[in-house]
Amino acid sequence: MRTLPLAQEGRLRSLADFYLTTIRTAIQQQFQYRAATYMYLIGMVAEPVIYLVVWSTIADQSGGTVGGLTAGEFAAYYIVWTLVRTMNIVFTPYGWEERIREGELSGQLLRPLHPIHYDLAWFAGGKVPWVLFYLPIAVVLTLVFNPTFNVRPLEIAVFAVAVWGAYLIRTFYQSALGLVTFWTTRVGALFQLYITLELLLSGRLVPLTLMPYWVQTAAWFLPFRWTFYFPIQTLVDDLSNKQLLGGLAMQALWTLIGIGLFSLVWRYAIRRYTAVGN
Amino acid sequence: MTDAAVHVADLRKTFDVPEREAGLKSATKSLVRRKTKEVRAVDGISFDIAAGEIVGFLGPNGAGKTTTLKMLSGLLYVSGGEAEVLGHVPSKRERDFLRRISLVMGNRNQLQWDLPALDSFELNRSIYRIPRADFLRNRDELVELLEVGDLVRKPVRQLSLGERMKVEIVGSLLHQPQVLFLDEPTIGLDVTMQKRIRVFVAEYRQRHGATVMLTSHYMADVEALCERVIVIHHGRILFDGDLAALSDTVAAWKTIAVALENGAGDLSSYGEVIHRDGDLVTLRVPKAETARVTARLLAEQEVLDLNVEDPPIEDVIELVFAQENRE
Repeated sequence: MRTLPLAQEGRLRSLADFYLTTIRTAIQQQFQYRAATYMYLIGMVAEPVIYLVVWSTIADQSGGTVGGLTAGEFAAYYIVWTLVRTMNIVFTPYGWEERIREGELSGQLLRPLHPIHYDLAWFAGGKVPWVLFYLPIAVVLTLVFNPTFNVRPLEIAVFAVAVWGAYLIRTFYQSALGLVTFWTTRVGALFQLYITLELLLSGRLVPLTLMPYWVQTAAWFLPFRWTFYFPIQTLVDDLSNKQLLGGLAMQALWTLIGIGLFSLVWRYAIRRYTAVGN
Repeated sequence: MTDAAVHVADLRKTFDVPEREAGLKSATKSLVRRKTKEVRAVDGISFDIAAGEIVGFLGPNGAGKTTTLKMLSGLLYVSGGEAEVLGHVPSKRERDFLRRISLVMGNRNQLQWDLPALDSFELNRSIYRIPRADFLRNRDELVELLEVGDLVRKPVRQLSLGERMKVEIVGSLLHQPQVLFLDEPTIGLDVTMQKRIRVFVAEYRQRHGATVMLTSHYMADVEALCERVIVIHHGRILFDGDLAALSDTVAAWKTIAVALENGAGDLSSYGEVIHRDGDLVTLRVPKAETARVTARLLAEQEVLDLNVEDPPIEDVIELVFAQENRE
């Protein structure tokens, strides 16, 4: 029997076609779940609004600033935080755990494309409706909390790249963590530890400048700060061009390390797959 | 490398399965020291399947059928022995290999649950890099062969089990695989749907010359589609050959169903009475004795109707497993 010829376009163009198709499908799927998306966003917004109210109140009671940050700067930080958080949502280790434990990975392993491409494309697509829903929320937060912004065009351009850098870093590290399921069946405890470290070392809980000096130092040697603090800084702080581009370079470095780590774990993990149930 | 589409030699797969007694004490002990048991799911099987051949892979639950199919489709690493499909080692999961096979499992959902199947098909087009013209032609052909029609426009979650199975099959064959592994494709379906899928598999194989390996608990599937069967039990092959030869080899008897004019008396002198329903009696007789017993019945009884049949394939398979268990 004849084998179907491959589509004429090259490998990269085919991959781009796959990403676009998956992104389109993910957007359609998100629109199917309108109510769930609204609820999800409310949950997403609740976290920064709580931080914002707490820190604005403390700033007001401390003569206008905390750790050198004014209420307006806190407002700017957490409004951008919400967008960064929306953009850096990835397929979690819990997802990997279920996929592996229930045997759902089988369907993806049968495809001539690594499952990580599907996750990257699917969650990228999911962001389109989330960001659309975020915009009116950002307007309301801006009107209520009066953020202080002083943004240059280069900073906007770097932010646009940095949020995707954050997305890639979180995808590869959390996926590598998810692969631990191949050995342990459950990965929840490890993921909780990861999230705790991320909260402290990424700027997710509070701006890193408010953390003790040793925490700030440790954060320089770990990937977390490049997934929250750096993208937020690009719009909120006055970073020099060197700092902006240096930050992107650090994101690229941590992404490469993440890809290497994920590939290494994958190579050994996949041999342990038992395809239970499916 | 062999010419066979599927080549398997001394293939083995073992799993380390955690094992403990029921109860809290045992659960606490397992926190410190976990006991595992080695289970040989596939224990040194060998066979070749020629290109274009369709083979039934039979065995009871836990026999090793699905594990074998999963190894052949690259989902599982082998523990020992050789497996080759279309010249590829499946566990390497090379793109060229995955583009030429498909594994359809009756209990698995690969389509996007909330979207119409058409969207999932489009996704498969991009994954398998199918040229658009070929994709549209294949899709329409499969939709027609399986009589799926407008079902592909409904969200998958709104389809019945049988309808979903049909659109699953369409999705799995869009890239026109050369080797098709079908694991219980008709499980849970009604008789009409089972028949439709059987007819489809036969048509697909005829049109595309595909090699098919089929597991099913429904013997009607096997009888309708497969000339050759491989019977596996406890991870080992018990029989590999023609379906008809299986019956000859294993079941050295035939059944004679006889309806008598004057009611059924004691027919135990003719053979083993295995069923009685009013005037209709079913006898089991040694194959070599069939002609003689039939002649005797016709001569000595007032026969209204008489049928000599091979034993049902279900009984034959059951007999194979029973013999294996005795050994």
